[in-house]
Amino acid sequence: MNTVLIAGSNTGRKTRGAIDIAAAALEEIESHVNLQIFDLKEIDHQLADGRNYLDYGGDMTEIASAIMQADAIVIGFPVFQAGIPAALKNVLDLLPRRALLNKSVSIIVTAGSNYHQLVAEYQLRPILNYLKAHVVPSYVFINERHFDGGKIISDDVKLRIHDLVMDTLLLSHGLEAMEKKEEDFLGF
Amino acid sequence: MLYGFSKEAPLEIGMYTLSDHLPNPHTGDRISAQERINEIIELAKLADQAGLDFFGVGESHQTYFVGQAHSIIISAIAQATENIKIGSAASIVSTADPVRLYEDFATIDLISDGRTEIIAGRASRLGVFELLGYKTEDYEALYEERFALLNEINDNEVVNWEGDYRASLENAVILPRPKNNKLPIWRAIGGHMSSAEKAGRAGVPLYLAHLGGTTESYVKLFDAYREAAEDAGHHPEELPTATGGLFYLGESNKAAMKESYPYINNGMMMSNGAGFPKSAFAKADNLDTAINIGEVNFVIDKILDQHERFGNQRYSAQLDFGGVPFKRQMEMVEIIGEKIIPVIKEATSL
Repeated sequence: MNTVLIAGSNTGRKTRGAIDIAAAALEEIESHVNLQIFDLKEIDHQLADGRNYLDYGGDMTEIASAIMQADAIVIGFPVFQAGIPAALKNVLDLLPRRALLNKSVSIIVTAGSNYHQLVAEYQLRPILNYLKAHVVPSYVFINERHFDGGKIISDDVKLRIHDLVMDTLLLSHGLEAMEKKEEDFLGF
Repeated sequence: MLYGFSKEAPLEIGMYTLSDHLPNPHTGDRISAQERINEIIELAKLADQAGLDFFGVGESHQTYFVGQAHSIIISAIAQATENIKIGSAASIVSTADPVRLYEDFATIDLISDGRTEIIAGRASRLGVFELLGYKTEDYEALYEERFALLNEINDNEVVNWEGDYRASLENAVILPRPKNNKLPIWRAIGGHMSSAEKAGRAGVPLYLAHLGGTTESYVKLFDAYREAAEDAGHHPEELPTATGGLFYLGESNKAAMKESYPYINNGMMMSNGAGFPKSAFAKADNLDTAINIGEVNFVIDKILDQHERFGNQRYSAQLDFGGVPFKRQMEMVEIIGEKIIPVIKEATSL
């Protein structure tokens, strides 16, 4: 199984802290998975312009290719101005239609205020649905008070991330079974 | 109709290759570029012998393709074949100098004794712009200007022309002239309504590539094309149209889908970065879709149904995509000649 974890911000360290916890959980639950972390503050960005993702070259093609090859994806992001960061939207804009078909995708949100609880629901989920992802129903919302120095200090949050990762993997295995069943139904 | 086509003539059956050079997904083996080019020329010969009406070769500058110099392959095909019409499928007009493109194809036309056509496309990918030094932001303007100039050259032996992307032409004599003085030049479109309308407004023949989806969805494009032509003062009944799309034959519909899916899905994944969703592909099993994959009689019914609804003068099959073994390609060309063409010609003769 190919898994991709995205720390969807060009700045800060809280989202990356949460993604590291998710990565550790993933390796603990299913040790033989192929895991890649993309931290959007470490890559060279190029604005998406609608071309085929293979035609950008560099980091843009690398991250888009990894997403296309992934079976399960965890997307973490901080809330910027009551929305998802531009860097993350740009990565999603690289992808072709139906890019997330048959993929299990889950969301981790960090925010400075609980007023941003529904940003993932209203902003990110519709995009993931449009790209045909199977999105894990629950997501993890983390308030900045749960962090200290970029590290999560809340046991509750850590356990919720663990559950989210478990659900992401389970959904991915479920989708794999669905693809097999589809083969039975269609005969090829 | 333009270029010798007529409503009364039976539907033409052709084939085309995108000149892809992909590994066989079952074995992972990829033949050499030389072998692939020779296979394409050989396939054109077989298509000619089997009585097909058209053989097209696509231009692409990407990895996994061998048609970078597609006109040179078509030129070799001109020499190797006798009766079949030949041409591009498609030429990337946006990044080619229309004068050079016309000179090349007019020359091939003389070599082939008047059998040559140009299908003018605008590139599905942007690598060629970088490779040849064009700006991707000029994508649309380049195509429109160059397509218009190409037609200008086709219509006039002496050309006076000014534009944004090429030196002006002042009393320029573009030679050689093709055998019948004009080449059939088709405007290639995918699924965009606006492109169909542009072709209609220009009053040029339409070549529609249909990858998947319902036949109904493409009927709308033909309607838009003919309506736009009419509005612009052209006569739609004078304008030939052609279609092309995925084609594969098997013992049954299921067998054909099962055999062809890995080629098409892996081929698209490797060359274009996204596969063909299986559920969409499986719609080939329905008479009302434009994927002509299945048992031979079923495929005949589909081609006839599409013809009835599109009013097209030609259908071209793409049967080699994604590393299909050459033996299978040859078998299918043979079946097209023996089983499909006689029935289609009979059914569409007026």
